[in-house]
Amino acid sequence: MINTITEFLSYDFIRRALLVGALVSLCAALLGVSLVLKRYSMIGDGLSHVGFGALSVSMALNLAPLQVAVPVVIIAAFFLLKISENSRIKADAAIALISSSALAIGVVSTSIKGGMNTDVMSYLFGSALSITDNDARISIILCFFVLIVFIVFYNKIFAITFDENFAKASGINTKTFNMLLAFLTAVTIVIGMRIMGTMLISSLIIFPALTSMRIFKTFKSVIFSSALISVICFVVGILISFIYEVPAGASVVLTNLVLLIIFSMLGYIIKKS
Amino acid sequence: MTLITCKDLCINYDNFEAVSNASFTINKGEKICIVGENGSGKSTLLKAIAGLLKPKSGEIVFNDISLKNRIGYLPQQTQSQRDFPASVYEVVLSGCLNNKRLLPFYSYSDIKSANANIAKLGIKHIKNSCYRELSGGQQQRVLLARALCATDKLLLLDEPVTGLDPLVTLQMYSTIDNLNKNYGVTIVMVSHDVEFAVKFADRIVHINKSIEFFGSATDYKACDTGSRFLRGKTID
Repeated sequence: MINTITEFLSYDFIRRALLVGALVSLCAALLGVSLVLKRYSMIGDGLSHVGFGALSVSMALNLAPLQVAVPVVIIAAFFLLKISENSRIKADAAIALISSSALAIGVVSTSIKGGMNTDVMSYLFGSALSITDNDARISIILCFFVLIVFIVFYNKIFAITFDENFAKASGINTKTFNMLLAFLTAVTIVIGMRIMGTMLISSLIIFPALTSMRIFKTFKSVIFSSALISVICFVVGILISFIYEVPAGASVVLTNLVLLIIFSMLGYIIKKS
Repeated sequence: MTLITCKDLCINYDNFEAVSNASFTINKGEKICIVGENGSGKSTLLKAIAGLLKPKSGEIVFNDISLKNRIGYLPQQTQSQRDFPASVYEVVLSGCLNNKRLLPFYSYSDIKSANANIAKLGIKHIKNSCYRELSGGQQQRVLLARALCATDKLLLLDEPVTGLDPLVTLQMYSTIDNLNKNYGVTIVMVSHDVEFAVKFADRIVHINKSIEFFGSATDYKACDTGSRFLRGKTID
């Protein structure tokens, strides 16, 4: 076991994947608590599909994938947020339409260009171990940006998540903060797509929040525990994927699922006793 | 002394006019109840005073400038709050946020004020409990304490006793009454319970899109609108 781990850590590309992945997991978990509680989980899912569409189109047009995807996903995030805030539109239905349309656009533009190639596959299901140095650098900077913004506005994010109307009445500009949240989510999703794949990235946002809410009962403890859970699940998932030679993204998601089940049972036992 | 003057307010809600040409005043230290049927614009009116909705025309004048952003608003509970993981202390403390727009973290005086308001509402023993596990009455007390962190002058309460049983309802009303009498907090309350409203309030605003009655509770009982509404008949 120790030998495997030492061997595992001796590779440069694995260390890089672990560092970037752990940071993205951390950001996703922090934002996820707020998104899940605000009933915005679908936004994360929708954004990842939009991200796939943007990546496929940019590859079909021979443009740099990330430089196209980041702005497109940010714009989509603001748009999805607007839909969710508008009570007259059926938000969940609208988001489902947008995500499947984006997926369709991606698939069509890929097939015009000559069908599924390894690049497209790697964006669909992730390739944690193929991150370049340059990717890693950009990802680390963006993650630290997300983390700092989250810490500085932590109290306001709590207030807006718990009760948007009250926050607005006490003079907090809730619109700006919702946009900030959408913006940070968009950035996190685009970075995470490379590692987890567009199909699986939204799990990084939703799982840790749900898992820690089974047991923890204050906002602060939920935030801390979901950050920790997220990082641990990522590292364990990557390790499993290395040992059993299964895709990294899927193995991280399954680790999260197992932990959610364990926490649900623990929560149930604690409630009973 | 007049605290707030509403002049010819027209407010749209989801593109239809929910309140039209409403004019009334709120005096310092009084208790006002806003009554009316379902969908008559009660909550919309309160939201406009709280600054959540922008009036289409007319104006809301705060005679005391320091009152802007110093309003304690108690909204109706939302679905997502029912399973929200937060301690009572976290929720109450979040009421202090309006005092400092720039500082990201709570100051010592914020913490002191949160603790004082927790004590004031008799919820010290559940300070570290989880909000979602409290009873309806306790939750309302927590939200009231949070509102008091935001203000010591004006509370806007949107149906604060919805879903509470009769005994807890009475306790809640007497708590609100106590805040008004002993701490001089002005109360503006939207209420379903018109019979209680006439006993509780100094003045009544009866709204049915436009204002049908505005005056003292005694006059309300005697007037046509009031006596009919009290007997449970609808008003055309």
